[in-house]
Amino acid sequence: MLVLNLIEAITDALDVEMGLDDSIVVFGEDVGFEGGVFRATKGLQKKYGEKRCFDTVLAEASIIGSGIGMAINGLKPVVELQFSGFMFPGYNQIVTHAARMRNRSRGAYTVPMVIRMPYGAGVRALEHHSESLEVLFAHIAGLKVVIPSTPYDAKGLMIAAIRDPDPVIFLEPKRIYRAFKQEVPEDDYVIPIGKAKILKEGNDLTVVSWGAMVRDVQNAIAIIEKEGFSIEHIDLRTISPIDRETIIESVKKTGRFVVVHEAAQSFGPGAELITIVNEGAFLYLEAPPTRIASPDIIVPLPKGEHHYLVNKNTIKDELEKVLKY
Amino acid sequence: MLFDKHNPQTDEMIQIMDQDGVIVRPDLMPTLTVEEMIKMYKTMVFVRVIDTKTVQYQRQGRILTYAPNFGQEATQVGSISAANKSDWVASAFRELGVWLHKGIPLYNVLLYWYGNELGMKMPEGVRVLPVNVPIASQFQHATGLAYASMYRGEDDVVLAYVGDGGTSHGEFHEALNFAAVKNTANVFIIQNNQYAISTKRTNQTKSRTLAQKAVAYGMPGRYVDGNDVFAMYAVTKEAVENARKGNGPTLIEAYTYRLGAHTTADDPTVYRDDEEVKAWEKKDPIDRFRKYLISQGHWDEEKEKQLIKEKESIIKEEFEKVEKSGFVSLEDVFDYTYATKTKLLEEQYNNIKAREAREAK
Ligand SMILES: Cc1ncc(C[n+]2csc(CCOP(=O)(O)OP(=O)(O)O)c2C)c(N)n1
Repeated sequence: MLVLNLIEAITDALDVEMGLDDSIVVFGEDVGFEGGVFRATKGLQKKYGEKRCFDTVLAEASIIGSGIGMAINGLKPVVELQFSGFMFPGYNQIVTHAARMRNRSRGAYTVPMVIRMPYGAGVRALEHHSESLEVLFAHIAGLKVVIPSTPYDAKGLMIAAIRDPDPVIFLEPKRIYRAFKQEVPEDDYVIPIGKAKILKEGNDLTVVSWGAMVRDVQNAIAIIEKEGFSIEHIDLRTISPIDRETIIESVKKTGRFVVVHEAAQSFGPGAELITIVNEGAFLYLEAPPTRIASPDIIVPLPKGEHHYLVNKNTIKDELEKVLKY
Repeated sequence: MLFDKHNPQTDEMIQIMDQDGVIVRPDLMPTLTVEEMIKMYKTMVFVRVIDTKTVQYQRQGRILTYAPNFGQEATQVGSISAANKSDWVASAFRELGVWLHKGIPLYNVLLYWYGNELGMKMPEGVRVLPVNVPIASQFQHATGLAYASMYRGEDDVVLAYVGDGGTSHGEFHEALNFAAVKNTANVFIIQNNQYAISTKRTNQTKSRTLAQKAVAYGMPGRYVDGNDVFAMYAVTKEAVENARKGNGPTLIEAYTYRLGAHTTADDPTVYRDDEEVKAWEKKDPIDRFRKYLISQGHWDEEKEKQLIKEKESIIKEEFEKVEKSGFVSLEDVFDYTYATKTKLLEEQYNNIKAREAREAK
């Protein structure tokens, strides 16, 4: 067993898979020599050579676009975008090509590619370094979207993403990159994409979260359970394709539902989740399904960021409201 | 036209003053009054003092992230001094000398880096766009600013700044093409400081110079010693005048070096060695300019000491003011989303306000 934090687990996953499959290539801005600005690819160039792990020029469209070409022609690119806020120049390639190639070529050409990027607020960063953009990918047919919340899941999901036959957007909650360590098996293992995880069973309320929010929700639950409530907590892990069964089954049992996310409220992931609950477990509901989300504003710079992020208190208050409805 | 014989596709760099402060091309020397030169020098020193102090503040945990300008002072101050007050600037994030010259108060700049958007609210009459983090995208805005001036028959010029890394971006190329096709009054300045974070300029493009990219778009390109304040001034001056006369855009490559870290979050020792840095320290743009001014009898050690003391006390004072500025209000983070708050935003605002009131108890 290794003991790793989340970013080390990602490095380890890349390392293990590169060792097993020599069609894997890893690249992006500052990814090769330096090992990435967060050091997610540290040591890979040294170990596997410049051909397999390299720095690109500063151009996201080219990182994604050339990755698509490589994937069509037999390689498995795992590319890094330095921050999710800088994915937009590459978004055109992601949406208009990576997502559609299988369909456009009726299966003759495919894009087995992983697009990694750190995302999320709460790190007191500069502009464009804090957004949560999962719905911009989840809304696009042909893309899969994965978000780990623990080192163990990060490794297993990364390996699953690399082995997936379709493009996978791998969003990394950078707020918890180094927040805690966990035992992680040395060898390769897979956590299936599309499968949520019940972190904790309970009877009175189902709460769904993912990424860095998982820990905030756990903290809120710990307080609330002292009041005698029993809460079921689900880590979604894959945003798309979404694990509807696990959520619906849970709500059928608890009768109450709350989703907590860092992304802005309007047209956010919560809207989709609540619809799933309404469609699948409406007659079991004892309270209106609820979302806890960030307001519909631009993520503020550090001196205003505390107004933005959903915190433990908000989560606790909202959960209580739903429990006592 | 002083520089129309210049060929940006060769290694011949435009230099007027060498690294010892000696004027090697008197024929190209721009006409600047002593006051103008002293003003430029003072701004360059101010930039150096601000960077030095702010990096210290960052180490003390008093500010989060900062991108210093060490070594690029001549590139910035030399070029912007050639523009008029009414000319626009679309810069990236490493252009402190440009901002100060254009009249952005130091307080504002520090407030921004401190984490408050209010810092980028430009005072009346300061035609500078806010700090631009998404690399090279500001180049496109520069072309639009210039088109609008041209549309109204005004003769304002728009200066845009980008790093060497930024020249790899599609938006850089699209902007040059737009400007050339529409013949807009743009001056595009590349601060080639040899690195984009850890990525060397030589890994960024196979072009011999960055200035030669101008050739493909059908505009003049100038390859300039960016540590020579006179060369930067003279080349930019000609480009600005040219644009003002309606003769279209110019691309300038300022060949310089980032003596410090990319930002305070970066450790340059990972990707470059000390020898290289030391060699460039010998070409320091401020030392060079000072040597020249002293040799001409315009400056001396006593004035230097005075200047540094004065600037150090200004940055100290301004930074302390910034530290006392506190947090950004809830109103501020909501009020600039739209011209008028939507009903939903009003509701979200009220909810957060109530929550914060509860938490304050
Ligand atoms: C579109 C985009 N991609 C990535 C980044 C992250 N990033 C910030 S600065 C930087 C390097 C910029 O290098 P260069 O253009 O040479 O300017 P310098 O920092 O050297 O002044 C990168 C990659 C960004 N800000 N924007």
